[in-house]
Amino acid sequence: MTMVEQNTPERNTSEPNILVFLPVLPSGELLGSAAELLGAASALGTPVGVILAPAGKGHAAAEAAGQCGAARVFTAEHKVTGSLLTTPYLEVVAAAWEATGPEAVLVPNDVDGRDIAALLSVRTGSAIASDVVGVHRDEEGVVAHHSVYGSGYTTESAPTHGTLIITLREGAVDDRAPAAEPVVETLELNGAGLDEPPGTAASITEFTESVEASTRPDLRGAKTVVSGGRGLGSKEGFELAGQLADELGAGLGASRAAVDAGYAAHSLQVGQTGVTVTPDLYIALGISGAVQHQAGMQTAKTIVAVNKDPEAPIFDIADFGIVGDAFEVVPQLIETLRAKGQ
Amino acid sequence: MKIVVLVKEVPDSYGERKLNLTTGLAEREASEKVLDEITGRAVEVAVSYAESAQEAEVALLAVGPASAEATLRKTLAMGGDSAHHVVDEGLAGADLTLTAEVIAAALERIGFDLVIAGDVSSDGTGGLIPTMVAQRLGTAHATSLDAVEITDSAVAGERAAYGGTVRVQAPLPAVVSVTERLPDPRFPGFKGIMSAKKKPLETYTLADLGVEAEADVPRSIMLSVSETPARMSGEKITDDGDAGTRLAEYLIQRRLV
Repeated sequence: MTMVEQNTPERNTSEPNILVFLPVLPSGELLGSAAELLGAASALGTPVGVILAPAGKGHAAAEAAGQCGAARVFTAEHKVTGSLLTTPYLEVVAAAWEATGPEAVLVPNDVDGRDIAALLSVRTGSAIASDVVGVHRDEEGVVAHHSVYGSGYTTESAPTHGTLIITLREGAVDDRAPAAEPVVETLELNGAGLDEPPGTAASITEFTESVEASTRPDLRGAKTVVSGGRGLGSKEGFELAGQLADELGAGLGASRAAVDAGYAAHSLQVGQTGVTVTPDLYIALGISGAVQHQAGMQTAKTIVAVNKDPEAPIFDIADFGIVGDAFEVVPQLIETLRAKGQ
Repeated sequence: MKIVVLVKEVPDSYGERKLNLTTGLAEREASEKVLDEITGRAVEVAVSYAESAQEAEVALLAVGPASAEATLRKTLAMGGDSAHHVVDEGLAGADLTLTAEVIAAALERIGFDLVIAGDVSSDGTGGLIPTMVAQRLGTAHATSLDAVEITDSAVAGERAAYGGTVRVQAPLPAVVSVTERLPDPRFPGFKGIMSAKKKPLETYTLADLGVEAEADVPRSIMLSVSETPARMSGEKITDDGDAGTRLAEYLIQRRLV
């Protein structure tokens, strides 16, 4: 790794550097979680973004990171296909680590973020805090907050010493950092990380871009989530949840029972196995609300449930419960909202 | 080909799970202990490959308290030739760093060509151990695979990537983890249950593996634990033909739409 361009940054020596790995989509856009990752970092110190972008997209991504509060950004560009798995990401983060001596490193708690955190932890001998839902600083350093056993408990953890590596649960942090004019430093990868000893890393042989089938907000970060369950009766019936989601500009979710019955895609599953969401409003349609499901949504600020079964456990945690048929209630809800111009 | 499956015993997520509010550790008596669902899928991948392969051996490895032995036996009933259990008081409250060190040391002892784990456990929800173990062992990692193909010399599969999916391939030895997309495990038959009782199960202490739990390396420690106040139910109405309207009013009043 060599640094090819460097503006001498004015370092704020009083504030510790917090490295933030910011994923980039093939389009060059930052992933939606960038704002909350940088927001969480700004609560701890100076947010320093780390970006690995497709060719030609690094600079725009760095600017976007500045909009979300990055004071300094390290960027590199690469091609996904043909590179080693995780290694290019790790190289960029490691170079930024060397340049900044961070007090903490934040990565999103997703498939690639977890691998980066795991490799970095072993390579640098640093402690990890996983699936973190919040951070703060006390007199001894960085403290990570965790929500354990489906939000039944809240715990706090800290490293005994050294840098803390944090995987941040998407949608959990509300802090946002003010926009900044970032100092951008461009890094060049040595052959997309191919300097790793042969045989010790997996390689990426193919990349298939997902077809953007939905204009709905991503489930994890959505302010409102509408979820459908087995009670919607069929794949066609499940579309009722989609209709309401679109009406409200909400993310669409599903219970495990609905996914298992084939009504909804696996990626929509909310619960212990699946996605954990923390929206302002969660609307459960035809979901009984087993413990498994509650584990993924009970930290929603307001919960609305519609279910025919008055004994459904979802009513125990609902702020507004309707014992009734979602196919009657939802159309009337949509009609009323439209009439009131909402 | 020697495949080792990382077996995790967890408190049943279909029942109540408790943390001790003084120690921050799991209340082991509070919940029924079960095989983590995702582990079942990892076992199935290993066992179904072993059935089709010429010479394949499947070993199970668990790090956990004494109770994990019963879970290992139950898992052996699904398949697998032997089980290995690291049990030591020094592991209570172990962080990810120590856990990865112990698993890597045990794997070096047992020997392996391929390690298969579940991607994220239902209790710790970390999803980090497989890659940490791979890095300690100096092998490739290929985690969170939605599909897995194993050959004599390599493992391949698909996984999520930013804005799409990637196909990855790793030479053996390697450590992989699998997602919920993999098939359900088989139901252990009577024959499986009977033969599981006779399969070898070896236990190890930290000293056996040369791991020092008290080593002065950076650890993650728990500072505090508190129980989230139980969520109270609010208003509950029965639809008399106007519930949709009333819900609309409720949402508007609270500025939720």
